[in-house]
Amino acid sequence: MAALEGGLGSRLVHAYRRSEAARGLALLSPTMLIMLAALAAPMVLLALYSFWTQSGYALDTNLTLAQYATSIGRANYRALFYRSLEISAIVTVVTVLLAYPMAYFVAFRAGRSKFVWLILLTIPFWTSYLLRVFAWKLILGYNGVINSGLMSLGLIHQPLEFLLYNPTAVIVTLAHAWAAFAILPIYVSLEKIDRSLLEAAADLGDGPVRRFLRITLPLSLPGVIGAAVLIFVPTTGDYVTPTLVGGSSGVMIANVIEEQFDKVGNWPLGAALAVASMAAVGVATLLFVGAVRAAAGRIR
Amino acid sequence: MKRTTGGAGLLVYAVFYLAFLYVPVLFLPLFSFNDSPFIAFPLSGFTTRWYAQLFADTAVQGALFNSLRVGAAAAIIATALGLPAAKALTRYRVPGGSAVLGLANLSLFIPEIVLGISLLVLLNVVAVSLSLWTVVLGHIVICVPFAITVLMSRMEGFDRNLEEASLDLGEGTWMTFWRVTFPLALPGIVSSLLLCFMVSFDDFLIAYFLAGNETTLPIYIWGQLRFPYKLPAVLALGALILVTSTALVVIAEWIRSRGLEERRHRMVGA
Repeated sequence: MAALEGGLGSRLVHAYRRSEAARGLALLSPTMLIMLAALAAPMVLLALYSFWTQSGYALDTNLTLAQYATSIGRANYRALFYRSLEISAIVTVVTVLLAYPMAYFVAFRAGRSKFVWLILLTIPFWTSYLLRVFAWKLILGYNGVINSGLMSLGLIHQPLEFLLYNPTAVIVTLAHAWAAFAILPIYVSLEKIDRSLLEAAADLGDGPVRRFLRITLPLSLPGVIGAAVLIFVPTTGDYVTPTLVGGSSGVMIANVIEEQFDKVGNWPLGAALAVASMAAVGVATLLFVGAVRAAAGRIR
Repeated sequence: MKRTTGGAGLLVYAVFYLAFLYVPVLFLPLFSFNDSPFIAFPLSGFTTRWYAQLFADTAVQGALFNSLRVGAAAAIIATALGLPAAKALTRYRVPGGSAVLGLANLSLFIPEIVLGISLLVLLNVVAVSLSLWTVVLGHIVICVPFAITVLMSRMEGFDRNLEEASLDLGEGTWMTFWRVTFPLALPGIVSSLLLCFMVSFDDFLIAYFLAGNETTLPIYIWGQLRFPYKLPAVLALGALILVTSTALVVIAEWIRSRGLEERRHRMVGA
């Protein structure tokens, strides 16, 4: 009897769960379909394109690795891959290091004004990326804000030429433009930390530094890793910043990808460059996350 | 004692950090009122002629109108997609739900240039000609993660018993959605619409690949940056965009946080 009831009950629960799953899937399906059509399918097609060849105006759809051989084999493309990864890595480290104390302040010290701080920090995140990058061109330019300011103060007599059109200008601009992306993930992970753990550590005799290194830092690592990935991956493909402030020494991989799709008109090569750069970024990201986890393990 | 000095140090750092975020951008409005075609110190006097020049330019108005239309369409469609998805992910245990969420959020982890060219390739293969609608499609892809995130945080907050009570009292699924879920989710919907609009209005690179012969505001600005004599008017435009978008963000965040606040009161009350 009890067994029968149990069987019936579990079957009912099962049916309910199944209908719940069915209802959930029905609600998810429009989003899923559009994401498959407008995100997944294009990516697959881009990968397919990278194995094709452009011959004049026609597209040769025989599969070949020729585009990858060009992408990786040509020295100046290789240099651009390295430079893009290097610039983004520096930007990521700088941005996360600068953002951490800020996020820490909002999570632990801002008190009642926390909400105002959060809004102040998110406003730049939503205001025109193009204009934020362009502002740096105005600031660093030959006749820009810094040069004209220093000259009208009489501190220099010639404009400084090293400010604009180099990798450093790209790094400064990106670190500014992406600052808000680092703060939020770090803040969220700091906010989640159980305050009683900190009190326990203090009661057991840990000083502020040890407490930070042994509790706060390791527990906030998911946020740090999230912030780093969220900055590193998109910045390697940034087009606006190297174009506006990079000059010839600050060209990045996105610039040559854009050329293939625009002036040059060699889409398969552009596709291969894009896929190869995403693969490089993926590998670099995995290595980075692994390294951070290993380092975190050693702290404890 | 040590703690307070540490706190003061952090506060000073936080203020400097805010200055780093805001000061570079504030040069745009500053020089938009400067009475000189050159963007350099010393400032040479106050003028509003760059704004007058901007308002006289019909190309700006066309681009602005296009951006408003694209932004509105992308925001409405992305929010309409995000709402059922957020409901499914917060209310039901869906097999593979996290995979769908991962797919929806994937665009955050792909450089915009790759999103742009991959859609361009697809549209080319299926022979869809480029227009403002193809820009809308690209913007939906980058807006959906924001819509789902905002709507999920709102949906997680309110009591699902309200929906069940409505169903128990004999309302159908559709009326329950319309009279219970929708009003409760409204703050989330409004802030999702505003934030998606901002994301679309702001985007240059995807629109650059997908707009064909059409011009959105960021594409227009990009085209102007090459001509030094047009820069002051671009600064005036930039200043207006900064003021408007700041106002929209503050409104969106205020609406969202008021929703969260209400919930806290209700929970304390209960």
